[in-house]
Amino acid sequence: MSIRISQIDKRYGRTRALEPIDLDIHDGELIGLLGPSGSGKTTLLRIVAGLEQADGGSIHFGDRDVTRVHVRDRRIGFVFQHYALFRHMTVFDNVAFGLTAMPRARRPSSGEIRGRVMQLLEMVRLQDFAQRFPAQLSGGQQQRVSLARALALQPDVLLLDEPFGALDAKVRQELRRWLRHLHEELHFTSLFVTHDQEEALELSDRVVVMSNGRVEQIATPDTLYRQPANQFVFEFLGDVNRLEGDVEDEVLTCGDARVAVPGVENGRQELLLRPHEIWLGEQPDARAHLPVSVTAVVPVGAEVRLELEADWLGEPWLATIGHAEFERLDVKRGKRLFAQPSRLHRFDTPRPQTLAPLATS
Amino acid sequence: MIAQALMRRRERRVLPGFGLSLGISLTFVSLVLLLPLTSLVGQLSQLSWSQYWFLITDPRLLASYAVTLFGAGVAALFNAAFGLLMAWVLVRYEFPGKRLVDALMDLPFALPTAVAGITLATLYSSNGWIGRLLEPLGISVSYTWVGIALAMAFTSIPFVVRTVQPVLEDLPAEVDEAAMTLGASDGHAFRRVILPYLWPALVTGTGLAFVRSLGEFGAVIFIAGGKPYETEITSLMVFVKLQEYDYAGASAVASIVLATSLALLLAINLWQGRFIKRLHGGRG
Repeated sequence: MSIRISQIDKRYGRTRALEPIDLDIHDGELIGLLGPSGSGKTTLLRIVAGLEQADGGSIHFGDRDVTRVHVRDRRIGFVFQHYALFRHMTVFDNVAFGLTAMPRARRPSSGEIRGRVMQLLEMVRLQDFAQRFPAQLSGGQQQRVSLARALALQPDVLLLDEPFGALDAKVRQELRRWLRHLHEELHFTSLFVTHDQEEALELSDRVVVMSNGRVEQIATPDTLYRQPANQFVFEFLGDVNRLEGDVEDEVLTCGDARVAVPGVENGRQELLLRPHEIWLGEQPDARAHLPVSVTAVVPVGAEVRLELEADWLGEPWLATIGHAEFERLDVKRGKRLFAQPSRLHRFDTPRPQTLAPLATS
Repeated sequence: MIAQALMRRRERRVLPGFGLSLGISLTFVSLVLLLPLTSLVGQLSQLSWSQYWFLITDPRLLASYAVTLFGAGVAALFNAAFGLLMAWVLVRYEFPGKRLVDALMDLPFALPTAVAGITLATLYSSNGWIGRLLEPLGISVSYTWVGIALAMAFTSIPFVVRTVQPVLEDLPAEVDEAAMTLGASDGHAFRRVILPYLWPALVTGTGLAFVRSLGEFGAVIFIAGGKPYETEITSLMVFVKLQEYDYAGASAVASIVLATSLALLLAINLWQGRFIKRLHGGRG
């Protein structure tokens, strides 16, 4: 079922938790709400669930206006960060709770409930744990029970509040993949909150980036990464290096460092670049003279991560280079090298700009 | 072997001061609790079994058991409901004067029970403020079991409130919310989710209130009036026997009160232990 959020806003006393927000979610879409803590993402999720009331605006599930509908009648499934399982009930009873809570007239027979619960437990691969209590399960298993419980009533919409936030990295990875598969199989419309960029980019069909109660950008993971709408999105979605200096005649100078910045007007400018957008060489170039020294080397994974420092840099840069390159340059701690930016990003212009200083010559 | 085992235990203990603190505690417990108890047993030893049996099955005493148990039972049940409500109000809602109400909850503990007894007796006597209003309705409180239960309820209400309150405060709001997102009505959520969560604390609190009521003396005697076979409570019987210098008889009755209380407390503790073990993953 599609979700239409229009002009939803929320205040807590004097602080504004949400600016009026519009968001359309298509049927069967998996949407990630991504933002730092305090960005209003959880508030928005809880308003969609009906656990909190918006000050204004409306929410529709399909054609149904649910703005004033009580949470218990919204037909949502909600998964909490800390599972919120009923600890005095067995796994079976937890999953069956929504079905047994129905008014007698609509409640399925106990045989049907049994069948349905076992089917759900099989889906989350916990059929052997039906008679256990929540405290006897691991965190990942508890969250799977919580998901089965939320899906038991076949909700129109599944809402997840930082579902993997309390789990360790390996389990988180596994559950993510598993949720993705489950979504592909069942095609429920789903909205989940996370502060983990990787999680949002991996799981979502589209990501909603939020900060300070505002939507910064709504886009597919790919677009979000390649064409960030503004500096906040750019910085939030990965490591960022900063280059600040005075530009004169399309050359940026900062201490003894300088780099060609074609098309940039004169004055003080701030440019950003990602770690993989730095090339390293033994010699400076006509277009770039950026002397740096290597202060840390992490040769783990597909790429080597280097920390670079220089007196013209406010904070150290992070660069990633290939292992072949790493060996060719014979990089060690303390080694002096010259950096060359393959790309530079600007966000202080009306539209974000990307420069490629090495391509133009 | 044993020495080795002891050594290992010694090594494993990280918290310092075990010997000293346990020693002081035990000494204190002995002086304050065990010594008086021993003298009670000493008094009892003057009696033969048949004398003991004769004393504790005196019809007047049997009637007092019934009055006490019934009064304490009613008081405990009333407190279970009212104490739960009170704890709920104090935890779940914000209202002006909340801290004052919270502090008032402890008053029955702080107030000398005799003062409570006199106050209640004055209020509920047939010409007291409240008694006067109830009289025309055919309800008399003082000198009846209602008065006894009322006085017992008054002195033992904090037990329920103070055991339920912290547990309710610990109940995450998410658990409530989870029940609601699953479509449960308020009543269903309360019965199936909140009440089971509070159950151990509620039973313990009610049990403590009951045990406390069994031994209550000061608050009850003024309002009960002490009519033999009707409104005499067991602790009053102890007092009566003491006034007659019948120390052995008083001890015999006291031993009954003591044994009942002790057995109940032990039962509550055991039950609670099992319940909690189940919640934490044991197979209780």
